[in-house]
Amino acid sequence: MFGMYNKPDTDNFLDTTAQGLIGAPLDRPEGKLKVTGTACYAAEYVLPDCVEGAFVLAPISAGTVKWIDRASIAGMPGVLGVFADDAMLRRAAQGTAGKAPAQGVQTVDYFGQPVALVVAETFEQAVAAANALQIEYAATDPVQLDFDPEAETTPVVDAREDSAVDQGDLDQAMRDAIHSVDVTYRTEAHAAAAMEPHAAMAEWNDDHLTLRGSYQMIGHNVAELADSLGISEKNVRILAPYVGGGFGSKLGISYEAVAAAIAARELARPVRVVLSRQQVFRAVMRRSETRQHIRLAADAEGRLTGIGHEALTSNLPDEDFAEPVTQATDFLYRGEHRRLAVKRAKIARTPAGSVRAPGEAVGMQALEAAMDELAERVGLDPVELRLRNIPERHPSSGTPYSSRMLAQALEEGARSFGWDRRKPQPCARREGDWWIGMGMASAARVNMMMPAKARVTLTPQGGLVVESDQTDIGTGSYAILGQIAGETLGIPIDHVSVRLGDSALPTGAGSGGSFGAISTGSAVLSASRAIRKTLASRLGCRTDELVLRDGHAAGGNRSASIADLVGEEALVETGRIKPGKTAMQYTQASYGAFFAEVAVNVWTGETRVRRMTGAFGFGRVLNAKTARSQCLGGMVWCIGSALTEELAFDRRDGHLANPDLAEYHVPVHRDVPDLDVILLEERDPAASPLQAKGVGELGICGGAGAICNAIYNACGVRVRSFPMTLDKIIEHLPDPLAN
Amino acid sequence: MKAFAYARAAALADAQSVREGARIIAGGTNLLDLMKLEVETPDQLMDINHLPLSGIDAHGEGLAIGALVTNSDCAADLRVRHDYPLLAQAILAGASPQLRNKATTGGNLCQRTRCTYFTDTTQRCNKRAPGSGCGAQGGYTRLHAILGASDACIATYPGDMAVALAALDAQIVVEGVAGERMVAARDFHRLPADHPEQDNVLQPGDVITGVRLPAPAGGRHIYRKIRDRSSYAFALVSVAAIVTMANGRMDRVRIAFGGLAHKPWHDPEVEAALVGQVPDPALFDRAADILLRDAQGQGSNDFKIPLVRRALIATLIEATSNAPTGA
Amino acid sequence: MTAVTTATLTVNGTDRAFEGDPRRSLLDFLRLDLQLTGTKKGCDHGQCGACTVLVDGRRINSCLSLAIMHDGQQITTIEGIGTPEAPSALQSAFVCHDGFQCGYCTPGQIVSATAMVAELEWGWASDAGHDVADAPLFTEEEIRERMSGNLCRCGAYPNIVAAIRSTMDDPA
Repeated sequence: MFGMYNKPDTDNFLDTTAQGLIGAPLDRPEGKLKVTGTACYAAEYVLPDCVEGAFVLAPISAGTVKWIDRASIAGMPGVLGVFADDAMLRRAAQGTAGKAPAQGVQTVDYFGQPVALVVAETFEQAVAAANALQIEYAATDPVQLDFDPEAETTPVVDAREDSAVDQGDLDQAMRDAIHSVDVTYRTEAHAAAAMEPHAAMAEWNDDHLTLRGSYQMIGHNVAELADSLGISEKNVRILAPYVGGGFGSKLGISYEAVAAAIAARELARPVRVVLSRQQVFRAVMRRSETRQHIRLAADAEGRLTGIGHEALTSNLPDEDFAEPVTQATDFLYRGEHRRLAVKRAKIARTPAGSVRAPGEAVGMQALEAAMDELAERVGLDPVELRLRNIPERHPSSGTPYSSRMLAQALEEGARSFGWDRRKPQPCARREGDWWIGMGMASAARVNMMMPAKARVTLTPQGGLVVESDQTDIGTGSYAILGQIAGETLGIPIDHVSVRLGDSALPTGAGSGGSFGAISTGSAVLSASRAIRKTLASRLGCRTDELVLRDGHAAGGNRSASIADLVGEEALVETGRIKPGKTAMQYTQASYGAFFAEVAVNVWTGETRVRRMTGAFGFGRVLNAKTARSQCLGGMVWCIGSALTEELAFDRRDGHLANPDLAEYHVPVHRDVPDLDVILLEERDPAASPLQAKGVGELGICGGAGAICNAIYNACGVRVRSFPMTLDKIIEHLPDPLAN
Repeated sequence: MKAFAYARAAALADAQSVREGARIIAGGTNLLDLMKLEVETPDQLMDINHLPLSGIDAHGEGLAIGALVTNSDCAADLRVRHDYPLLAQAILAGASPQLRNKATTGGNLCQRTRCTYFTDTTQRCNKRAPGSGCGAQGGYTRLHAILGASDACIATYPGDMAVALAALDAQIVVEGVAGERMVAARDFHRLPADHPEQDNVLQPGDVITGVRLPAPAGGRHIYRKIRDRSSYAFALVSVAAIVTMANGRMDRVRIAFGGLAHKPWHDPEVEAALVGQVPDPALFDRAADILLRDAQGQGSNDFKIPLVRRALIATLIEATSNAPTGA
Repeated sequence: MTAVTTATLTVNGTDRAFEGDPRRSLLDFLRLDLQLTGTKKGCDHGQCGACTVLVDGRRINSCLSLAIMHDGQQITTIEGIGTPEAPSALQSAFVCHDGFQCGYCTPGQIVSATAMVAELEWGWASDAGHDVADAPLFTEEEIRERMSGNLCRCGAYPNIVAAIRSTMDDPA
């Protein structure tokens, strides 16, 4: 069924089924393994004779490796080899690349690039030898080391030209506007910082490679790995049943996989390569820093007549990826005069790529902070300003929106949070040494479907097996894919098993862009409905009158146990889905609203988030527990993006000066108050046959703006640079002793 | 990590006899961290965890804390919590519970700087490789010194406990080749000058055996730590203050600062400006002027100058008033 | 000095011999030699808490300790806290409250929380804001401060606190 998704599925099939699994807040089926430490992650397999690899990183920002003095470590205990193969990766593949990224580690493109792998019998031996290996470099001048938009020397190119918008006359609209905002916001570079460092274990069996790795999209990763090694995809199998977080950093095949495979082939032994935490920081894709010029033109009532959002991002000179900063600005608010553009500065720093919600994560927080500035100029409540600017149709293309819960999220979130208690004037509420303020922001994230396949097997015993190479990076794939199949086929959840993360299984969408659940889930639905059709025919009733529940089938005055209908041979179907016309005919996105209350210390400018509410609409909720967790996690990222997270590069040599979890500050427990998440009931037939949209990233898209606005409301300091560390606040604070 | 031989000290003499190139290990939370980075490359480790230095005992009117008392045990001790709450507060403001369970009193005093040019062997650092230059100057200096720095080094001492010990005017007990001696906590760490490789005044053969706290002096104890997240982060600035009031005036004032310099910063002139005076924010501001008379930022840490000023004023207001404040 | 190359550790109740390269961290001894991979390596520098284990009942970062330094000590790892068939109350609460997502920090969170409950019972103070001389309060702020040595990048913090809280309310 399904195939190309060309027409919205308005049957809302999952509202007609009877098992009661869909949307239910079920525990994750793999939960007991994770809480007991028995779920096996990439580096944790026991392979006989396995040896250990450790990378050497370049201490220069540009140049070449002139000479590797292999003799310098030849006498060290346990050393088995030094690898600096032409096929080794100079950077990881971007998401969905499906082919090898830049290869050949003789060339150095950035400070911290892997240039060699040392393999030894033990981990300690490998690391010590990697540290001792003498390498002679020929350094050249890098194009540019600093992200300095004002510097004339920074080479800047247009990026994302297909999404650039230049409509009407924004300059004129700004001149004509009754109220306007013309501001520039900055965000700093971010690290995904998944808790599991990048890891791979490579094992060859004749010319067949089995790679246990920590990757998000193993369908693509097989192609990338095979291409990197110059072998057939048929000879590569990737296993990634458990992935310790990804957030975009594990979308593409990475250094460790290719190096481990090359070393394992040469040494004829399994090789394990795990990046150290410092190496993860230095070499794994960062989110680009941004400079965002935002212009908002409005009439007397605060209705937008124009929006400008022009962003500068950065990447290595030959990396095309540019953070799609304006992605949600494209469709979120009205205004006929529009200019959206993304430029990319070519700088020699750690490669930039997708980090959770590329684009909206940093674009929305700046836009929503600017909207707060506009609300103040207009003298309008910030919620009301948003409500007044929800467009009827896409403001550029004119396409209709699929389903959109923005207004409901704003209203429901405001009510639940107690927004009406906010005092519009800054510095109006003080408790002891703390200014207290409230702020809000809209949330928006594009919705995407990707091609996906999944296999569903109904066994003669009436059990269900769901199989796909789809990964579960913490998102809840194991839970929701089983729920979709169990719901469709009336099988209790404890008779459903889900196998994921094995490239030998049908290719799912992978985990990225919030598309995993709806894409692979739709494939599971498709396969399950095909089996359902068979069951109806065997029972002798129409499919639409078939009721499946608790292992029993009923319809057309007949009933039977599902196991009896299956008979001796399992029913097996493979479901498929591909994005089709609905992706073009509708503007599809998930929406929401954030409300935050912060305390800003009157003396020091330290900021603490005291409470935060998020209201989100993302189509059908597949599992209320895991969906809520996705939103919670996103909101925690908002706190990090707002207050603490920043990769600090040294402007002189391009090295990362805070390459660890002590100095790159992801939020800790104490930074995070109790967070309130409201899941809005919604169906989006255009988004997927599940009527569901993506949720994995929505929670991070805009919330830092709410915190920014709350800081302003608390103490009157408008910070236009994220993260809003205390040094950006302290000198602007009002006198703590004034009444 | 470079290879090393491991031995267990059976007596203090074993620890004192370690030769150059060897290191004593107690909790190891800082040393092993730096060994993994090959910032520290000892060829021998002498494990002193089995020495009998883990008691907290009365000593005269004060308290003697063994060098191997863990940070957790020190902060959990009821005498410390009642009589020296500043010390408990400072310890609890540092690191994480897991690290405090391992880190020891003696080891914590020897904690090395968090300057990322020190911990990154691709960078120049006079502390790690004397004579190689200071990479931090002109670079990323958020955590760096505003007081007492030298051309050779702008690193800060990163700990919290030692800042409280400086305010408390504790003594460090050092067993050296010539026998036991006392070093004032305020004098234990050095300013970098031309020898930033020397963090403190310990000489070869010296082993810290404990810390002595003077008789409890009462007063209001406040350790105010300001950092980039609400927990588990090093201090940007910290203020350790003990203030005793008499007849509406500040009678006894002890203040030390963390995050400002290569050592816990103690400036007697700051205290002198306050003693005998009626608490007043304008006076506190003048005390900050004295504190900061030679302060110099490095660019990305310039904010520490207003930050410590404001933190000092806020701390003194809190210490001299009865009204508790809080978020 | 006499070089020492061996140690005997009691891991989850069983004596295990360590012999060899003294560089081996307690964490790598558990993961590589004993194949107790429930204890995770997230940073190897005491900056994330994923490697938390109990040594003689106290939580430490096993990455910042050497196996050889634990001769004669009792080590408890996540595998010693409970199993899929017989999980501890806290482990069950983590499942019920969805106190994890990717699961990689989870064993460390659970071992750490197990010790944290004991520390509260011992009356240890914290930085959570009230007078260190007083007995601690069992507030959420206390839990958050005392768990701040365990990072969770998925952002499951509120659910982790809820899971811990639920077992403290119901100590059975």
